[in-house]
Amino acid sequence: MRTRESTFWTWHLLAGLVILVVLGIHMFVMHLSKLLGTDIGKGVLDYYTVMWRSTNVSFAVMYVVLLGAALYHGLYGLRTILFELTLSERAEKIISALIVFAGILLFVVGSYGTIAVYLRGTA
Amino acid sequence: MPENKFLENKLGLMGWVSGGRYGIERYAYSLHRLTGLAILAYFLLHILVTTSRLFGQQVWEGVMGFLESPAFKFGEFLVYLAFAYHALNGLRLVLTELGFFLGVPRQPVYPYTHSVRRQRPLLVVVMVVAAIVVLLGGYDFIGFPGK
Repeated sequence: MRTRESTFWTWHLLAGLVILVVLGIHMFVMHLSKLLGTDIGKGVLDYYTVMWRSTNVSFAVMYVVLLGAALYHGLYGLRTILFELTLSERAEKIISALIVFAGILLFVVGSYGTIAVYLRGTA
Repeated sequence: MPENKFLENKLGLMGWVSGGRYGIERYAYSLHRLTGLAILAYFLLHILVTTSRLFGQQVWEGVMGFLESPAFKFGEFLVYLAFAYHALNGLRLVLTELGFFLGVPRQPVYPYTHSVRRQRPLLVVVMVVAAIVVLLGGYDFIGFPGK
């Protein structure tokens, strides 16, 4: 029988697979650049290189997808770890509410930063 | 989880430390959780740090200058290491969750085998791949001579 929790768990697995692909690309770009010979200019963290990536639509979309998937996967994982300590029902409800609030807040802050920089750079 | 609400977790976090009779997969489980928590903590800070590019070049370079110390670089490498382990072990967990590498059900005939032992080669393979990813990343963190 599929319960609400098993649906959340399936999303957790799917988010993990999305992260594996998207963060894998991010890690290749950021941490294997010297090895791959893609470390151009003053380095991957140079302001102009960062802005070039931020104003590229593929990177901007990738960042927002990664942000959403990673926040869901990470915060749901944290909730699972906490729930395994067999807390009271009231404590579980408070934790769930705090985690949802933190997730939405961080998604808004992160995606606002990504979209605002993208729009400013392409205006 | 609601389904397990009445099963008390008597060991609590201590269950992460001792594998007991569950073997190496139990330690892989503990390490998966520890690396997950470490990556989550880093990720929350990463969101705030990368948002600083919104405030212009001076702010960005100030933040990057602060994070350039060897201690932060080493910390960043540890996060990379945690990512390599968590990602590849997570892939193993998804594959076994979906029933791959567990073999087909069969009659218990002595000497007995079990699904944990049947999927163990997969654990070895993903750990070797994780080690290669860490070595390649480590090479990039240290940098090439003259660069």
